[in-house]
Amino acid sequence: MIDRLDQIFVLLRQWVVGFLPASWQTAAAVVLSVVVIVAFFPALFALTVWMERKGLGRIQNRLGPNRVGPFGLLQPIADGIKSLTKEDIVPLSADAAVHLLAPLMLVVAVFMGFAVLPMGRNMVLVDMDAGLLFYFAMGASTEVAVFMAGWSSRNKYSLLGAMRAVAQMISYEVVLLLSSVVVVMMTGSLSLTKIVEAQNHYTWGLPHWYIFTPWGLAGFVMYAIAATAETNRSPFDLPEGESELVAGYHTEYSGFKFALFFLGEYLAMFSISGLGATLFLGGWSAPFSFLSWVPSWIWFFSKLMLSIFVFIWMRGTLPRLRQDQLMNFAWKFILPLCLLNVFVAALWRFMGEGWPRWVVCSAILVVAYVVVGRIEMRSEHFGPRRYRYAE
Amino acid sequence: MSFVFYLLAALTVAGGLAAVLLKNTVHCALALTVAFAGLAFLYLNLDAQFAGFAQILVYIGAVAILVVFAILLTKGSETPKDGVFSKTWLAGLAVAAGVFAVLGWAVLQTAPMLPKATPAPAVTVGQIGNALVDRYVLPLEIVAVLLTVALIGAVIVALHEKEGTR
Amino acid sequence: MLGEGIVKGMAETAKNFFGSFFSAERLTTVQYPEERIRPVEAARVFPFLVYDGADWEAGLRCVACQICEKECPPKCIYIEKSKDKKPDALGKPQFYPAKFDIDISVCMSCQICVEVCPFEAIKMNTEFELSTDDRFGGLLLDRKELAKSNEYYHEIHATEAAGVDARLAAEKAKADAKAKAVYDAAAAKAAAASASAKLAGAGD
Repeated sequence: MIDRLDQIFVLLRQWVVGFLPASWQTAAAVVLSVVVIVAFFPALFALTVWMERKGLGRIQNRLGPNRVGPFGLLQPIADGIKSLTKEDIVPLSADAAVHLLAPLMLVVAVFMGFAVLPMGRNMVLVDMDAGLLFYFAMGASTEVAVFMAGWSSRNKYSLLGAMRAVAQMISYEVVLLLSSVVVVMMTGSLSLTKIVEAQNHYTWGLPHWYIFTPWGLAGFVMYAIAATAETNRSPFDLPEGESELVAGYHTEYSGFKFALFFLGEYLAMFSISGLGATLFLGGWSAPFSFLSWVPSWIWFFSKLMLSIFVFIWMRGTLPRLRQDQLMNFAWKFILPLCLLNVFVAALWRFMGEGWPRWVVCSAILVVAYVVVGRIEMRSEHFGPRRYRYAE
Repeated sequence: MSFVFYLLAALTVAGGLAAVLLKNTVHCALALTVAFAGLAFLYLNLDAQFAGFAQILVYIGAVAILVVFAILLTKGSETPKDGVFSKTWLAGLAVAAGVFAVLGWAVLQTAPMLPKATPAPAVTVGQIGNALVDRYVLPLEIVAVLLTVALIGAVIVALHEKEGTR
Repeated sequence: MLGEGIVKGMAETAKNFFGSFFSAERLTTVQYPEERIRPVEAARVFPFLVYDGADWEAGLRCVACQICEKECPPKCIYIEKSKDKKPDALGKPQFYPAKFDIDISVCMSCQICVEVCPFEAIKMNTEFELSTDDRFGGLLLDRKELAKSNEYYHEIHATEAAGVDARLAAEKAKADAKAKAVYDAAAAKAAAASASAKLAGAGD
């Protein structure tokens, strides 16, 4: 019974596909899964938009939207209708083809990332051997889409926003990859299902999630920071900060294309949270062994929604980072710690079981964090301003 | 030679042609990105998962961006006034045809020696990794040194620029 | 240590988030128009006329002295004196305003009419939801619309109304005492006159 609840979506799919002739069944199963993903995550996006507006409101001592529907639950629908019926303005000198293709490419690249996330036991769309690499490849494609959006608008602010966004995304992509590399090292596989299965063991009721190890915790924190920067969320949302750059690379977009950018950003947030949950938080495995009767997909989506809530919380708390501040942060602070983390993970592996490796690894990471932090926190000399005139 | 192969080949060739023939340089760069994508899908068609995804990650995610940045930060984004074709295009065509002929002859010469239609070996990423640190460790280290040199060189060039404006 | 500020900030916002469900300090929104904030005591918007008792026409304190009309800076008050008189709170027959119009699209809420009124008849109201779709006539309040009871005055300006009532009661007491004194003197004189008349009559 519990098993059936756990596998309910797989069984449902088998039942539906069973109505078709045998030769069509595998293709139909894949198409059905794709349709479900494409339908479900935008619905989750609507819910998240509502959660974000209410959550941010409460953090800011105010109510969120509460007029449209009970507690404002129909607000996302109203927003959707608005963006669908707004006039789609394309500037006269804009590059129409690229202007149209940019949001499409963004949304396609982001949707592709969902194909490798294991959303429950046996619930991954494509079980690829190089699943993690596929995910990062799709993430890299979003950068081209962002650049296309900014350039095709023929608007200086858009182009500037796009350049900044691309620079930010490339810098933090390095951090993202390096902080995921530790997980790959310790699991020995790039396949996301194997990574989850490696974390699905319990010792004295506590799980073997990678976040409960020193290198895993450090990796998770760095992954979280890089994920926030990759999806252009606050505090790294300079490319789309309204007070800075009008709206950055989606200035010239209105109506449905703007809604597609918005959708793309939130979907990227979902998939990167899902990946973070898979890599560090044990994917669909339960926190305690006595809770493993709860279906696996519930755990996965709880972790996903918890990450989303933390994203919203950070957005409500932190001020925006300036471009040079965030680039400095990526290259001078996080990247050295990431490389050190890889070394510490290797040390962990080769030191063997027991308490010494905990102490040594934690000590190295903490000392490095404090030392690099102090080096970076040194305030730069605030003397009288020196002017450089053009020659 | 399946239908998928022809489709992907057409995509790649179209991307390459567009990269050469289009007037707007940024359009050329985007067409080149399409060619890269076609190449990646060809790798995936041959079941080389790692090569395909690495192609997307590195070429589309980094090299295309680099090309575009280079175009935008120099004067390449203005459309050239006197057309995209150079005056010596006939000589260029002759050289390209010659190279293609040599390559084609080399491939066709070795074709009869290949075994007929064996299933592709499933090369996992683990095997690639093992080979890199086992048999091909010297090329790996040389490439690493090369990348480090490039990185340091970039930093030095940028550093010099900062001091040069003082 | 690095990162401490972020953690403290996130703790504060968490307190805000969870506290907004419980305490009004963390959720300061007042959902107008379903909920309204009570205006402060000294709030003022546009003037109104005070009346004592139940009948607004009979109890209206205004005696149409027209001082407020003359003192009003933008001249938004228009008064027409009545032809007859009616008794006021102290019993004296006084004129009353047959017409008392205030144009609230002109009134600038300076409160000068309130300050100069010798009869505590015109005070400042706090009602601000006066929008109407009749741009001219709807913003011209007449005598009936301006008349509000003394109880209403107590509701909106409690201490001020208490002070006004105390002053009016004191004046009334003084007037009563004076009247009583006059009456007593007259009664004493009458008693003395009747006593002397009785004596004179008894002496016959």
